[in-house]
Amino acid sequence: MMRKSMTGALGAFLGLYAYSSWAAASNPIVIGDIDDLSGVYADVIGQGGIDAINMAISDFGGTVLGKKIVLLSVDHQNKPDIGASKFREWADQNGLNMLIGGSNTGVSIAMSKVAAVKKVPFIAIGAAGASLTGADCTAYTVHYSYDTTALGNGTAGAIVKQGGKSWFFITADYAFGTQLQEAAARVVLANGGKVLGAVRAPLGTTDYSSFLLQAQASGAQVLGLANAGTDFSNSLKGANEFGLTKTMNPAALLAFISDIHSLTLQTAQGLYLTTAWYWDLNEETRAFAKRYFAKMHKEPSMNQAAYYSATMQYLSVVKAVGSTDPDLVMALLKKTKINDMFTKNGYIRADGLMVHTMYVMQVKTPAESKYPWDYYKVIKVMPGEEAYGSQPDPACSLSKK
Amino acid sequence: MTAVFGVPLPAILGQLMLGLVNGSFYALLSLGLAVIFGLLGVVNFAHGAFYMLGAFAAYIGLQFLGVNYWCALVLAPLAVGALGVVIERLFLRHLYQLDPLYGLLLTFGIALIAEGIMRGLFGSSGRSYPVPDLLRGGFNLGFMVLPIYRAWVVLASLTVCGLTWFLIERTRLGAMLRAATENARLVQAFGINVPLLVMSTYGVGVALAALAGVLAAPVIQVSPLMGSSLVIVVFAVVVIGGMGSIIGAIVSGLVLGLIEGLTKVIYPEASNIVVFIIMAVVLIWRPTGLFGRE
Repeated sequence: MMRKSMTGALGAFLGLYAYSSWAAASNPIVIGDIDDLSGVYADVIGQGGIDAINMAISDFGGTVLGKKIVLLSVDHQNKPDIGASKFREWADQNGLNMLIGGSNTGVSIAMSKVAAVKKVPFIAIGAAGASLTGADCTAYTVHYSYDTTALGNGTAGAIVKQGGKSWFFITADYAFGTQLQEAAARVVLANGGKVLGAVRAPLGTTDYSSFLLQAQASGAQVLGLANAGTDFSNSLKGANEFGLTKTMNPAALLAFISDIHSLTLQTAQGLYLTTAWYWDLNEETRAFAKRYFAKMHKEPSMNQAAYYSATMQYLSVVKAVGSTDPDLVMALLKKTKINDMFTKNGYIRADGLMVHTMYVMQVKTPAESKYPWDYYKVIKVMPGEEAYGSQPDPACSLSKK
Repeated sequence: MTAVFGVPLPAILGQLMLGLVNGSFYALLSLGLAVIFGLLGVVNFAHGAFYMLGAFAAYIGLQFLGVNYWCALVLAPLAVGALGVVIERLFLRHLYQLDPLYGLLLTFGIALIAEGIMRGLFGSSGRSYPVPDLLRGGFNLGFMVLPIYRAWVVLASLTVCGLTWFLIERTRLGAMLRAATENARLVQAFGINVPLLVMSTYGVGVALAALAGVLAAPVIQVSPLMGSSLVIVVFAVVVIGGMGSIIGAIVSGLVLGLIEGLTKVIYPEASNIVVFIIMAVVLIWRPTGLFGRE
């Protein structure tokens, strides 16, 4: 009896071993997703991003070049070291072919260094820092969805042209916040406006009242919020409570539909923001949103839509190239226009930036909102070159070629 | 205009006022921690989670059960306090004989579980709780407009702090509690039900955290992570006041709120570490804290 079960166990073990070596031999196409799955940015992409990639994989048919497509995902916990070491591990041990990196500029910069060493295409979505395709660019980095330049050009550009000339910034005190404030301030100054002051609030501050009081005392017309996630929500909530929204015009330099949903229109109404995508733009966006909603029970953010688009784009290019060779794939990616529900005629510049149309939106009032998630009205459609600039970033070594 | 450190006086007054508001939150939260540590010897790392659950209880009550703010002020602490009692009975009770580290690990685990569950249910960006109609608007103090709600927070939390201090330091029940922590077996021998006393104490400590959560709900975004960022600061406040000292927790909560408020004007980047710098200095100078007993 004992002997029999031992043999059985051994057989099962050998079978498993044989299976795993067969699986390795058949070499699936491996896509990775390293993102904040539990922290302050988990609602911006998070689980919804994993679902968006899975939707893309299944829409593509589940295989490419006759190989199965598999997805790995892990939480980077907003820590650059975790993101970079997981990326390295997957590249070394799991045959990773392409990585999508979610929110957090710090983590994405760390991961782009790994992409360069391991020669694995890396698509950054959600990290806003424009340096990803500037000083920190690599031959394997693609920056999708938005960057600080486009966000600054969008929101600050629209407001300053409407007469909002004097600004006060509340800025998240790390790379993302300072890059965002610089980008916005540049636009304000270029259009004849002035910056009356700025305060750098530590990341994760919950009480913004004293910063708001300083903003009020400055006498500025516009309150520029160079922060994101709960930092953004708490600062806007405070601005309402202290009556700043009556005397100043709040401007969100980076806000997502999940933020507006959680703040409610009552608090967020009238706010200007810039977005790459909105679920209610046209038939195609609504069709995608409807399928997504059926799974997640909320409307997708621009980054979740970008996750889908980027996965589709990568897989089609792999199919066209006929291999996953990173250099061939990157070369064709930079030559192929992106035409899908996410954007029309988007293209990837020499420095890796995906240039595409951006939208300046205003949050509707509760009276204007006719159905659930009816939150934005389009103020301005910005062509890609206007949002991102027509030339590649000179700070990137790839731009000179 | 008069100026201090190059900052005009009205601005300083405004910031002091806001510091007082934050200080009242710190006082209320550190009070609960001090009560639990002083009387049970438990380092309650789940305090931030109970604060978060209090805010969510108010939100859930308003959104799904039609419970208004005023009822939530009573009901949410009761509900969360009851949860605390259950946790004390099922888990914490078994750890009293062991090193305090075990209690810390257990409560830390509970905090992570509570945060995970709320994130699963409500997402990480959280929800908004409206300011109750009666407390909308603001007072014009000349140097700033103080929202009525913030004034109410100061009033409510100082009252609760005062009552708790009175209960523990000046009543017969408080005397029994303090005696039970000195020598539980002797007090038990006098016919007092010590386990019941200890259980209720934990429940009340937790309820105080939940009350702070309800008070905070209308002013900050109700989110699963709202407690974890606060609990570390509150621990520092308790250490500065002297672990277990009730009056120390209240006074240092208020004073640190004021100091933090001033830091936000003079050097905002340091506003999230100033409390820890003070903690380090106090620990060097007086290792038992400002009001701690040897």
